[in-house]
Amino acid sequence: MRAASHPGPVHHPSEARLLDYASGALPEPMALLIATHLALCPACRRTVAGLEAVGSALLESLPPEPVADDSLARLLDRIDRLEPAEQSAPASLQAASILPQPLRDYVGPLDRVGWRHFGAVAEARLLTGFENVTTRLLRVAPGRALPHHTHVGSELALVLQGGFGDVNGHHLRGDVSEADSAVDHRPVADAEEDCLCLIVTDAPLRLTGWFGHAEPVHPHLIPAI
Amino acid sequence: MEAVLLVGIPPPPFSGRWRRAQPKLFGTGGQASVGTWIFTIARNKRIDHLRRERRPEIHPHDPALVADPQGGTDDVVIWEEQARRVRAAVGTLPEEQALVLRKNFFEDKLHDVIAQELHLPLGTVKSRSRLALAKLRRVLGDTG
Repeated sequence: MRAASHPGPVHHPSEARLLDYASGALPEPMALLIATHLALCPACRRTVAGLEAVGSALLESLPPEPVADDSLARLLDRIDRLEPAEQSAPASLQAASILPQPLRDYVGPLDRVGWRHFGAVAEARLLTGFENVTTRLLRVAPGRALPHHTHVGSELALVLQGGFGDVNGHHLRGDVSEADSAVDHRPVADAEEDCLCLIVTDAPLRLTGWFGHAEPVHPHLIPAI
Repeated sequence: MEAVLLVGIPPPPFSGRWRRAQPKLFGTGGQASVGTWIFTIARNKRIDHLRRERRPEIHPHDPALVADPQGGTDDVVIWEEQARRVRAAVGTLPEEQALVLRKNFFEDKLHDVIAQELHLPLGTVKSRSRLALAKLRRVLGDTG
């Protein structure tokens, strides 16, 4: 399905989302998911580098602020006193992990994650201090489906291990599925292994299956992609 | 915030002191022009100071990082050339498109907030952003 000459994901975040990451406008939970995708996606890293160049060009087009005559000299003096930048990987990166940086910093060792189990699904919350944004790792047993649901806001799902299929197609490690209120999807994990995903939702979910009604449900009450 | 203060001073990237400073600042994996590097510092400082949030970023030495088959380049000259072309292209954007980009880049505003501020439909703001990026992509596309 994926040619060896083109490593990396096939389902990418929208360009608007990458722009919001590059500009800095994206809130931290969504930015964490995008940055983790970037670790796995050289193509999107190039796009973001280009968008940062756009930010730089915009910055240079702003009217200049007056600065002291010796600002540049003082800055260069400070740079001269700096130690050379870190060239090697810090110890925390030496051990192989299926979690790329920066996600690993937020999660810690995967075998010490405190999972909450809901049948075939386990979830662990991250970044819990953000109002109206739910960030979680979700582990789904092989071949198991998740309940139908739609979204009031938007939802990003990034595959870290295994894969799942939904109305947007088949998703493997590094792939991002973006869903909004128009999408009623029912992701099904691949049959071979657990599917581990990072999910960021920016509004309560709305179940359309399982319980047979469409009341808004607070996201921590249900396991859902 | 020195990086912000520097904006407006045309950095002489190939003069002696800047050239010596660059390995310290970029490391050897640096893949950006000086101007882009300054932009990213200013952006991250802003996120830290104004929103009290961390800035999630990749680590260039992460063993889990998927390498770029096209390779990167450490050649500052290439990045400076790309930056020059982007600057020229940004200068030709219609003001209404540049305004949306500036609000996104320097006021941390998502499209829905920008639409409210400018009293425009969300679709209009999105399409201005899209048109601007389409034009800039043609410029950026030449170096992939």
